[in-house]
Amino acid sequence: MNFLEITLDLLGGFGLTCLLFVLTLLFAIPLGLVLSFCSMSKYKAVKTGSRVYIWIIRGIPLMLLICMIYYLPGLLGKGASFNIFDTIDRYFTSVEGASELLYHGRFCAVLIAFVINYSCYFSEIFRGGIESIPQGQYEAGQVLGLTQGEIFRKIVLKQVIKRILPPMSNEIITLVKDTALANVIAIPEIIRRAKDMAATEALTWPLFYTAVFYLLFVGLVTVLLGYAEKRLSYFKA
Amino acid sequence: MFLEVKNLTKSFEDTHVLKGIDFSLEKGQVLSLIGSSGSGKTTLLRCINALETADGGTIYVDGNKIFDAALLNNKKKSQLKNKLNFGFVFQSFNLFPQYTALENVTLAPIQHIKDECKKNKKSKAECKALIEQAQENARELLCKVGLSDKMDLYPCQLSGGQQQRVSIARALALNPDVLCFDEPTSALDPEITGEVLKIIKELAAENMTMIIVTHEMSFAKDVSDKIIFMDNGVIAEEGTPDKIFGSSTNERLHSFLSSFYGAHKV
Repeated sequence: MNFLEITLDLLGGFGLTCLLFVLTLLFAIPLGLVLSFCSMSKYKAVKTGSRVYIWIIRGIPLMLLICMIYYLPGLLGKGASFNIFDTIDRYFTSVEGASELLYHGRFCAVLIAFVINYSCYFSEIFRGGIESIPQGQYEAGQVLGLTQGEIFRKIVLKQVIKRILPPMSNEIITLVKDTALANVIAIPEIIRRAKDMAATEALTWPLFYTAVFYLLFVGLVTVLLGYAEKRLSYFKA
Repeated sequence: MFLEVKNLTKSFEDTHVLKGIDFSLEKGQVLSLIGSSGSGKTTLLRCINALETADGGTIYVDGNKIFDAALLNNKKKSQLKNKLNFGFVFQSFNLFPQYTALENVTLAPIQHIKDECKKNKKSKAECKALIEQAQENARELLCKVGLSDKMDLYPCQLSGGQQQRVSIARALALNPDVLCFDEPTSALDPEITGEVLKIIKELAAENMTMIIVTHEMSFAKDVSDKIIFMDNGVIAEEGTPDKIFGSSTNERLHSFLSSFYGAHKV
C-alpha cells in the first residue's frame, strides 16, 4: 500500500467517525435538554429518577456501555442466538450498499451507547446553564405577562447558550476523540483500520498518522465553536 | 377606590412576613411604602404583582377581583380577571441583556400582539401595522425617559441610571393601571439616582397611579399623596406626607425616621 492508498483507506474510516460524531450530537442534544428538564422537575419522582439515571450512566465507562448495549440483549434473550443488532445487521445486509454505510447493526449499538452517554453529560451542562440564569430574568418576563414557554424561548435560551458554549466545546471535542471507542465492537473506524494495517501489512506509522485526522477535525470544530462564541459576544450575561 | 388590598397575609415557612395588610389607593395617586429592611414592604409589592402568592386576602383593581387566596386554594383561578394591571420596576433593573434598549421595550408588546393575532387569526397586514405601532410607541417612551440616542445600545453599554430608565419605559409600554417600583434607586450611585427620581416625578405629574417602595425619604415626602409606614409585617402608620413627617405620634415611626435622619447627618 502506498501513502495515497493508506490515506484514502483511513479517510473512509474517518467518514464513519464523522457520521457517528454528527448523529450523536443530533440525538444527544435534544435528549439532553429533555433530561435536564426532568432533573429540574418539580415532581420529586421525576427529579430523583432522572438524577439516579444520570448517576448510573455517567458512572459507567463508555467502552463498557458500548459492550453492554451490543452484547446484553443477546445474553438476556433466548440464549446468545437472539440479538436485535444481528437482526438489524441482517436487514441491512439485504439492502445493497446500506450494510457498507452503517456497518451492520453494530453501528446502531454504538450510536445508542454514545447518545445515552453524551445526553447525560449534556443534560448536566444544560441544567447548570439554565440554573445560572438569575431569577430576575424570569420575574421580569412574568411581570410583562409572558408565558413560561415565551420566557424560556425569548429571554432565557440565548443567555443559556452563551453560558454553556465553553463547557459544550469541551464535551464536543472529547466526543470527536471518544468515537475511537467504537472499535471495541469492530466498527471499522479510523483507529480500527490503522490497527488492521499494523496487523496485516506490518505498518505501524498509519496508527500515528491518524492523529493528523483528529487534529484537523478538532481544529475545524474549535474554529466553528469560536465563531459561535464570537457571535454571542455582543452582550454580557 | 381604584386599588383595594384586603387582609393580605404571607408567610415564608415559619416567618410571618405580612400579617394582614389593608389599604386602598385612588386612581392617579402615588403611594410610598417606607419602613426598615425586613418590614415586609417588598413582599407586599411582590404579592400585589403576583411574583409571590399571598396565603390569604383579596386584591381588587377598578372593582375587578384580580386576586383571591380562597379561590386559588379551591383551584377556581379562572374566576379571576387575568388582565395585566400592573407594571413592575425592579431594584436590579432585570433588563434582557441580549436585546437592545428598544427591543427590551418592544419584546412583550410585540409578543402579545403576535399571540393575539394567532388566536384571532388576524391578517398579516393588520398584525404588521399593530407591531409597527408598538415600535413607534416604544420609541416615544424611550424619548420620554431621555434615551432617544441610546435606543440601539445593549444594556451592558448603558449606565445604571440609563438601564433603570429603560426598565421604566419597558413597564410603561404595556399601559399598566398601576406602576410599581421596588427600591428603584437602591442599586444606583447617589449622583444618578436623581435622573430616575425625576422620571418618576414626571409620571406623578401625569397622574400615573404608582406604588413606590423606597428609602429616599425626601423623595417620598415630595412625590407621594399617601405614605404607608410598615413595621414587622403590619401597617404601623399611614397618611399624607404631612402626617407621616409631621403630626404623627407613632413611636416606631419616630424612631425609624430619627435613625434615618441621624444616619444622614453623619
